[in-house]
Amino acid sequence: MTDTTAPAQKSGIRFTGAFHRLLAFSGLIALVLVFSLASPNFMQTQNILAILQATAVNGVLAIAVTLVIITGGIDLSVGTLMTFCAVIAGVILTYWGLPMPLGIIGAILAGTASGLISGTVVAKLKVPPFIATLGMMLILKGLSLVISGTRPIYFNDTPGFNQIALGSVVGQIIPAVPVPNGVMILFAVALLASFVLGKTALGRYTFALGSNEEAVRLSGVNVDRWKIGVYALSGAIVGVGGVLIASRLNSAQPALGQGYELEAIAAVVIGGTSLSGGRGTVLGTLIGALIISVLANGLRILSVAQEWQTVVTGTIIILAVYADILRRRNL
Amino acid sequence: MLNRRTLLGAISAVAMLAASTPVMAQDNYDIALISKGFQHQFWQAVKAGADQAAADLGVTVTFEGPETESQVDRQMDMLAAALSRQPDAIGFAALDSQAATPLLQQAQDAGIPVIAFDSGVDSDIPLTTATTDNVAAAALAADVMAELIGGEGKVAIVAHDQTSRTGIDRVEGFSNRIKEAYPNIEIVSVQYGGGDQLQSTEITKSILLANPDLKGIFGANEGSVLGVANGKQELGSDIVVIGYDSGAAQKAFIESGVIAGAITQNPVGIGYQTVQAAVSALKGEELPEIIDTGFYYYNADNMSDPQIAAVLYD
Repeated sequence: MTDTTAPAQKSGIRFTGAFHRLLAFSGLIALVLVFSLASPNFMQTQNILAILQATAVNGVLAIAVTLVIITGGIDLSVGTLMTFCAVIAGVILTYWGLPMPLGIIGAILAGTASGLISGTVVAKLKVPPFIATLGMMLILKGLSLVISGTRPIYFNDTPGFNQIALGSVVGQIIPAVPVPNGVMILFAVALLASFVLGKTALGRYTFALGSNEEAVRLSGVNVDRWKIGVYALSGAIVGVGGVLIASRLNSAQPALGQGYELEAIAAVVIGGTSLSGGRGTVLGTLIGALIISVLANGLRILSVAQEWQTVVTGTIIILAVYADILRRRNL
Repeated sequence: MLNRRTLLGAISAVAMLAASTPVMAQDNYDIALISKGFQHQFWQAVKAGADQAAADLGVTVTFEGPETESQVDRQMDMLAAALSRQPDAIGFAALDSQAATPLLQQAQDAGIPVIAFDSGVDSDIPLTTATTDNVAAAALAADVMAELIGGEGKVAIVAHDQTSRTGIDRVEGFSNRIKEAYPNIEIVSVQYGGGDQLQSTEITKSILLANPDLKGIFGANEGSVLGVANGKQELGSDIVVIGYDSGAAQKAFIESGVIAGAITQNPVGIGYQTVQAAVSALKGEELPEIIDTGFYYYNADNMSDPQIAAVLYD
């Protein structure tokens, strides 16, 4: 049964996804054009790199939360989980003095473990995802503060750690475009997540769970296991985000993170992923994250007052989702 | 098609907003201030001072800061965007000096003068730092304490920590002044409660129980002094309490007499002098290493004076 429904599902998604991608993408292009015309300082290599750098962490978090949202769930814990993973890397590298790869692996494992817990609470204990991950958000925030003693953990004893996000392998090959490694990692995560969603059983069930969980369950599939799997993968991706932010700041800042989940969710929604599940693309989310950073950066370059920046960003989010509603009505 | 038009509508709204921002004249300096916070009363007071200076000196000032004082990465994004804008000068209050170093280096390479404000930046890139002289401010607290307890007896200090610059400066400023000027006053205890109200309460109670003849306690920041006031109330003590900064709770304690009075920094002055220093730097004038932005002692009597009320926050 799943064999017959899944391909139909996929082709439908491919079509609507492509259409919306076009819409979000033209929005991004329009923003870039407007800002380029408004200020000669916008379209400069250094500024474009700054925008990409600002997108890296939010982009990774948004991709993580995209997976969960496609299943019809939500994850409010991505912001503080990112911080928790950064703190775990700090404990491994700075407190214990272990080599750098172990810190990176530890952070990703911590994210995976947290995802397993969230997924289990949602799937097995039947706690609604909103509440389960709200709880996890607070638990992780508290644990980060406890473990770090509320002080930042610096990575000064791990030379090269800040190169994970700030260094540029691309720049060593093509000096004219020193794209930071953090951005390349974001692209790598996006490719990986797209592959999982498009080419694997986990991806197929991610969409199926969001479309009609009951139908999947009735067809004899172990729904809980797949759902926990999605949350775990999402957590692992957040772990990558934790490494990125720790590397960029060369420190794990334990009080950071709350509020970042909303920005990630905003990127997902702007990118055309439906909050009711069953529909969404990683590319759309990536574009959504870029729209948010371009908007923030461009408004700053134009010296728009901070109060108004927030108003404009909010307006764009609503308009983006409204455009999505109109599109669905027209279909 | 309708969809795309909707989105284009949004984009043109942005464009209109962009067009409405003032076009800068050549001689009008563009100064970007990146602060540690934005909507907090303290930072809004700093912004008010900066706006005032901008009006007085005929320059353009933008003021931005992250939502909370923990969002170090957001502050970096703001600093990066400010650099791309190519302002004439930058004012910067670092949340984390180390994280900001690469961007400050960029500013220096681009020949953009940087003025540090509030807390210093651990770097030689900023030309000057506009900040409160915490040592002198805490010495004023010591003078007031001495006067209120009659120049003799035992006092104690409850501070936030012994690692931050403000923690060190305020404790040293208070205790050195007592040692130099008031030989009959003895500091029996200096304790650290992390700026946490509850912890500072427990510390205060233990100090009071250990020293029944204690005359007064200096609380070195908002959280510390609130703890001292709580401890004093819980034990029904009548010691003299001197605080630091403001905030609704501390102001209420001062009005009810639990806290005798407090030192307030001058956030308006911090903003004003930062912009002034930036303009001086652009004109090639010499700047001192530190610009003292001033501080006041306030109590229930002068709390509503316009000059004091302007620098207090809730």
